Amino acid sequence: MDFNDTQDEARFRAEAAAWLADNVPQGEEIAGLTRLEFARLWQKRKYDAGWACIGWEPKFGGRGATPIEQVIWDQEESKYDVPSRFFMIGQGMAAPTMMMWASAEDQARYLPPLASGEEIWCQLFSEPASGSDLAALRTRAERDGDAWVINGQKIWTSGAHYSDFGILVVRTDPSVPKHKGLTYFFLDMRSPGVEIRPIKQLTGESEFNEVYFTDVRIPDSQRLGEVGQGWHVALSTLMNERAAIGEGGFSVGVDMAVRIAQRVMLNGRPAIEDSAVRAKIANFHVQETGLKFAGYRSLTAMSRGEMPGPENSIAKLIGAPKLQQLSSFCMDLMEMAGVIWDPELSLEAGAVQMAYMGAPGLRIAGGTDEILANIVAERVLGLPQEPRMDKGIPFTEVPTG
Amino acid sequence: MNFEFSEEQQMLRDQARGFLAQHCPPSAVRTALDSDAPFDAELWRKVADMGWMATVIPEEYGGLGLSYYELAVIAEEMGRAVAPIPFSSSVYLASEALLQFGTEALRERWLPKLAEGSVIGTFAFAEGIGRPCADTITATFSGGSLSGTKLPVPDGDIADLVIVVAKDAASQAMCLYAVDCAQSGVRRDELQTLDFSRSHATLHFDNVQAEPLQADGETTIAALLDRAAVLFGWEQIGLADAALEQAREYAMQRYAFGRQIGSYQAIKHKLAAVYAKNSLARSNGYYGAWALQEKSSDLTLAAATVRVAGIQASLFATQENIQTHGGMGFTWEFDCQFYYRRARLLASVVGSEAMWQDRLVGELDRSSAAVA
Repeated sequence: MDFNDTQDEARFRAEAAAWLADNVPQGEEIAGLTRLEFARLWQKRKYDAGWACIGWEPKFGGRGATPIEQVIWDQEESKYDVPSRFFMIGQGMAAPTMMMWASAEDQARYLPPLASGEEIWCQLFSEPASGSDLAALRTRAERDGDAWVINGQKIWTSGAHYSDFGILVVRTDPSVPKHKGLTYFFLDMRSPGVEIRPIKQLTGESEFNEVYFTDVRIPDSQRLGEVGQGWHVALSTLMNERAAIGEGGFSVGVDMAVRIAQRVMLNGRPAIEDSAVRAKIANFHVQETGLKFAGYRSLTAMSRGEMPGPENSIAKLIGAPKLQQLSSFCMDLMEMAGVIWDPELSLEAGAVQMAYMGAPGLRIAGGTDEILANIVAERVLGLPQEPRMDKGIPFTEVPTG
Repeated sequence: MNFEFSEEQQMLRDQARGFLAQHCPPSAVRTALDSDAPFDAELWRKVADMGWMATVIPEEYGGLGLSYYELAVIAEEMGRAVAPIPFSSSVYLASEALLQFGTEALRERWLPKLAEGSVIGTFAFAEGIGRPCADTITATFSGGSLSGTKLPVPDGDIADLVIVVAKDAASQAMCLYAVDCAQSGVRRDELQTLDFSRSHATLHFDNVQAEPLQADGETTIAALLDRAAVLFGWEQIGLADAALEQAREYAMQRYAFGRQIGSYQAIKHKLAAVYAKNSLARSNGYYGAWALQEKSSDLTLAAATVRVAGIQASLFATQENIQTHGGMGFTWEFDCQFYYRRARLLASVVGSEAMWQDRLVGELDRSSAAVA
């Protein structure tokens, strides 16, 4: 065990830090850019210098870095306020799925522009009638020669409105039990018949969308896995999803709570001297470092060639509620002014309020707390599944409502 | 960077687990619980033969000179087995105190015997109810002799050597003193605690001979507690995992309403929450073990973190283990009680959750102020 860098790792860290110091866009260069434009500028710059998706093989646009080097890079990059969330789904979920299931030609075509940020991908899984019960999805695909014709609706599709491509699970055979009738594709989001409607979230933003499919044609060559194997392929995406989401890129952590508690007065003393405040901060710290080190441990496992396993589900199972509770606690520290959400007036420029408003989404996206707890119970602890009313019967006969 | 125990260390864990499964099965814990014997002397001898008390003691003092990673692995298995022996008192506290802060004469005198298990050591800090500190400690050292009363002292009834926290009469500072219990001025009263498998005592010292460890009192005591906290944390990690495993097995076997209770989400989500807490404790334990072995400047923070996480995980796991068992878990006959008792005992030794939360945030406060 060694939490310090080896000589090679220290050299790599120094190289990464030096490149970042010279290259992170700032000042006039980013003035007037939207967050997305800033993200694209930064991603392309990293790509051109060999610092994008560094764990990927060079032929896909990476540099074949080790998982440990990836962590070192992430640690160094996180010292700067640079956007990355726009690429999370594409690089974190679509790409690993493509690496596992796509043809060599398609990998060569699609992965490099994913790494460079020139093409953005979204994930078309959830539907109005299939959230936690994802395999109950109803969007239909019917074979027509060398293509498939898609009809139906997806929902909660982050970034569909700025995405170039999407990964998609659809039902190709409703006459068999639900998991067996699914097939997995990728598609061009500009295909005729794709209609995207934004959903306004409780934060006021519209990151999510509904996506409607009306006679959308997808070439059979864009199928990933066999016909009917879609669930299996989807699981490989979901496992990467849970590893990728974690705390969802919010910057509210224990260090911020400590800063606020040092600054805010309670009964005439800095709040951090209060024992109730200390107990709560300590508990958040246990969660935060516990998750960080659990992530490190899974890296060491990955360095030995193991896949990210269901153990990683705790990253989001713990991380998302922690974000919600920690941001609420920080607002309590501010007493009555905790409700003020104004970049000029709020402490930490309103990041705490933003995190609290975003946290409910994080507890749902990519598997709710409840689904993740089931995954831990069934796949880590080996407990039996609940009896299922839809087990073994054709999808068309499953009760709905 | 490498965030895993080495293959040799993992082999040692397997070996320790196998050894304790054979020599310290639940029936041995039950015997200790039911009997008047203060500890399982036979198990103690066998563990001594394995050399585990000698793990981190240098070879010059008759030890094996291994690292704290090996000791952490053994501690985990001690916790898993709920071992009814004075391992923690003798190894994490008494031996550590001498190793880190003892004079050369004290080390030469005691460490070889502690290493071979022929001597049992312990640590006497508390003086009854409340958090001990310089204002409350009344045990006093003056002119080479020590007087005062300490309780509860883990293994105080069987210890040959006690490291005592007392005030130096001249400086009024809390310091550590080594006391040989084979003196007429040492009186022991057996003390009933909630964990019948581990013995405790009240120790009375009436002008007994005592030898000071290093002079710099309060920081030395804090440093000793930090070191012990990491190792107790690993015992708690092993204990919490054992309780989870027991709950899991019961949930697989027990049927209600026509199916295994482990198939209900009420049970699944409970055990997933136990798993998550255990996992946090274990991951923090890795960092704690590293900080201890590498003498990291982060040791206090790392130790407090694994200690708080270990307390939380082991209490929660042992409470929910009984809950999962229902009424049977509340009986004397079932083994759930072993874990429940030991977890509560370990949550109090070397300081409560609140004490370590306070210490943890003290470190965060200090380092954050240093940055600003």
